[in-house]
Amino acid sequence: MDDSDLAQGTVEAPARAGTIDILYFARLKEVLGLGAERMMLPQAIATAGALRAHLQARGGAWAVELAAERPVRVAVNQVMAGADAHIHPGDEVAFFPPVTGG
Amino acid sequence: MPVRIQTEDFDVGAEIAALRHGDPAVGAIASFVGLVRDVNAGDRVSEITLEHYPGMTQKAVQEIVDEAKSRWNIVDALVIHRIGTLRPADQIVLVAVTGAHRGAAFAACEFVMDYLKTRAPFWKKEQTPAGSRWVDARSSDDVAADRWTG
Repeated sequence: MDDSDLAQGTVEAPARAGTIDILYFARLKEVLGLGAERMMLPQAIATAGALRAHLQARGGAWAVELAAERPVRVAVNQVMAGADAHIHPGDEVAFFPPVTGG
Repeated sequence: MPVRIQTEDFDVGAEIAALRHGDPAVGAIASFVGLVRDVNAGDRVSEITLEHYPGMTQKAVQEIVDEAKSRWNIVDALVIHRIGTLRPADQIVLVAVTGAHRGAAFAACEFVMDYLKTRAPFWKKEQTPAGSRWVDARSSDDVAADRWTG
């Protein structure tokens, strides 16, 4: 896997022990300047909501775009989930704006 | 395949013919075709680009189709959703449902569209004279989808 795979939002290499893959789509991907990343899952983070708060603490665009009042949706392992959804090492967690297809 | 995500255009007549497959048990076909408009929120739109979540989209739409099949007595259903860059008057999406009678076909078709609008991971970006912008989700779409719960 190289960075271009991550930028495309396709993470095919198996996750290393303790890591999660995080994907960003649409406006979030554009404003954050990042389509995907792999990170060690801090032990204190057990839910999608806690992960969002963790990412928001990076500051700058992260603080703005992931602020609690922003309508950010989350999917865990490619299924729509709530902020209380549990996350585990090896999971794929995606953050994106409300969908606008159809 | 009952769910297709593709860049290519589609032929509604050919798709419906393939879906009904000459089955004499089918007494009704309901279909919806979504098109690109040349105006949104008061601004001219010259083109739109549809992004999606490749790993999730197919499964998410299939789940919606499966839910429709569990709720109504329909024979079959087809969803085609395009991605990539589209221009005004282009076709975006086709939902077609076959059934014995019109009631179930109409309802299932509308249900699939309403759920697709709020649960399938697609995002539209539109090009206007002032530049490009992401389309905001509409609360009316949530209201439409909520009709089917409870």
